[in-house]
Amino acid sequence: MADATGILVFGDAPDGQLASTAQELLAAGRALADALNQELSIAVIGADVADAPQQAIAHGADKAYAVTNPALADYHPDLFLSAMQTVATEANPGIILIARNNEGRELAPRLAFRLGVGLAQDCLEVSADAETGRLLANRPVYGGSAIAVVSCTHTPQIAALRPKTYEPLDADASRSGQVVAFPVDIDAAAAKTRVVDVVKEEAEGIKLEDARIVVSGGRGLGGPEPFSQLEELAGLLGGAVGASRAAVDSGWVPANYQVGLTGKTITPDLYITVAISGASQHMAGCSGSKAIVAINKDADANIFKEARYGVVGDWEKVIPALMETVRELTQS
Amino acid sequence: MPVNICVLAKQVVDPEMPAAAFRIDPDARQVVPPANIPPVVNGFDENAVEAALQIKDEQGANITVISSGTTFALDVMKKPLSMGADELVLLQDDAFANSVDSFFTVQLLTAAINKLGGFDLIICGRQASDWDNAQVPLGVAETLGMACITLGKKVDVQDSKVVVERLAPDGFEVVEADLPALVTVSNELGQPRYPTLRGIMAATRKRPTVWTTSDLDVDDAQLEPRLTLHDLFVPERDQDCEIIEGDDDADAARQLALRLREDRLI
Repeated sequence: MADATGILVFGDAPDGQLASTAQELLAAGRALADALNQELSIAVIGADVADAPQQAIAHGADKAYAVTNPALADYHPDLFLSAMQTVATEANPGIILIARNNEGRELAPRLAFRLGVGLAQDCLEVSADAETGRLLANRPVYGGSAIAVVSCTHTPQIAALRPKTYEPLDADASRSGQVVAFPVDIDAAAAKTRVVDVVKEEAEGIKLEDARIVVSGGRGLGGPEPFSQLEELAGLLGGAVGASRAAVDSGWVPANYQVGLTGKTITPDLYITVAISGASQHMAGCSGSKAIVAINKDADANIFKEARYGVVGDWEKVIPALMETVRELTQS
Repeated sequence: MPVNICVLAKQVVDPEMPAAAFRIDPDARQVVPPANIPPVVNGFDENAVEAALQIKDEQGANITVISSGTTFALDVMKKPLSMGADELVLLQDDAFANSVDSFFTVQLLTAAINKLGGFDLIICGRQASDWDNAQVPLGVAETLGMACITLGKKVDVQDSKVVVERLAPDGFEVVEADLPALVTVSNELGQPRYPTLRGIMAATRKRPTVWTTSDLDVDDAQLEPRLTLHDLFVPERDQDCEIIEGDDDADAARQLALRLREDRLI
């Protein structure tokens, strides 16, 4: 479509609050919109999106579609996709941004295929080409060992952004924008899958994604028992425990401990890795940490190329001494 | 009735290769396959083969593995057969060199699936360890109009439906769909089985079906690229690591704690 213009981002509003991933997309979209001198819109999808459209305007949107239908109360890929397709067709944007979170992992590719266009997947950075105005996207490939720069040949150009790579703009309540009520028709029969049970396996204490300090263990721990020491250290620091994929695959900790490309993306202030080699697939989930500590007995391990502080040593001797000193420091 | 299952599997450079062996040809914008490290079946795709075999063990199934690529190491791609899969179909064409563009790959795979008469269940790995696109399975489901369940850690077929334990950030959910359906699986499904000697012997005797794009019924307009690759490079690592020393490991740990305190990180 020749007249396709503007940037459209998709967001949701759990509990009536604009999701943080949507705020990140608005920050990325605002920069593109300013560079291209185009409008930034957001489609907030849900049964009742409350004040989220207004919040989106405060976070940088020029226009906010409140895309509502009672069938959108809970996330269902088939139904959300149907709503997204309707809005995309109506808004006719040149660029669409979607968060590559748990939902976006399935929504972004399916929307692209439904519209017959390409998708730049799992992007760290998006920009507008100065000459052509087309979207350029930097995305890690080969587990983060390389970066590919790609662009879409068709329109709309769609990019899925890795969460926590863009910092949301500060909310500015004085920004003005247009809220458009956009009730959509949803055919409940479009839902081809049914959720029949939900099983929670939440670890106790602070959530891994929200923790300011995270202590993670890897293959070098050699078994499940040492994780109790990591739990103890994390407890002293008021943090949470994570793990590499090797530790999860060995069955030492549950799957929801996994940090990495196919696990959780975390951005703590302090990330303490214990007996983790630092494969690029792991770093993909934690490279946004403010400071990384490496504790590993192999001085050549890749983790020392990623860390700010390192101790080359045996975790069995390092961790107890570290805990003892932390106890002294926090009690004094 | 045995379940008619298709598994999509890709040959990739070994992601476990030493970091020093990872090289890029910047002009060709491609990763140079290391000379003395053989390729492997994408790890998540081996999980998909395992999921299909568990259904076969339980109630009987016919498992067809489809792969697309420019060249194949036949002994590598026969691994799913030696694990217990029944048929292997290779879509081999130089056109597949641009595997950054999932759209193109999906057109060929869906044409092959249609040519084979369709399947009750298609099982795929969640993503390939080379381009990490995680798009092909979803594109196949969309293009064929199939129900789609992602990130399975357990896949069962009960009567005419598939029941999947699907990973969620805080646990898992049980999701079901009527067949035909497509399911993607993740490493949480568990370790894929090793080929048995008998399986390896049987696989040696099997010959794959090999098709090129000209054997498949595809619309040329659908083969236009959807993505352009402008550059491929290895990112710079500019982090200088400060190695904390001590009289012994325990002393280094104490120094580390003091340093983190000094920098107000703890």
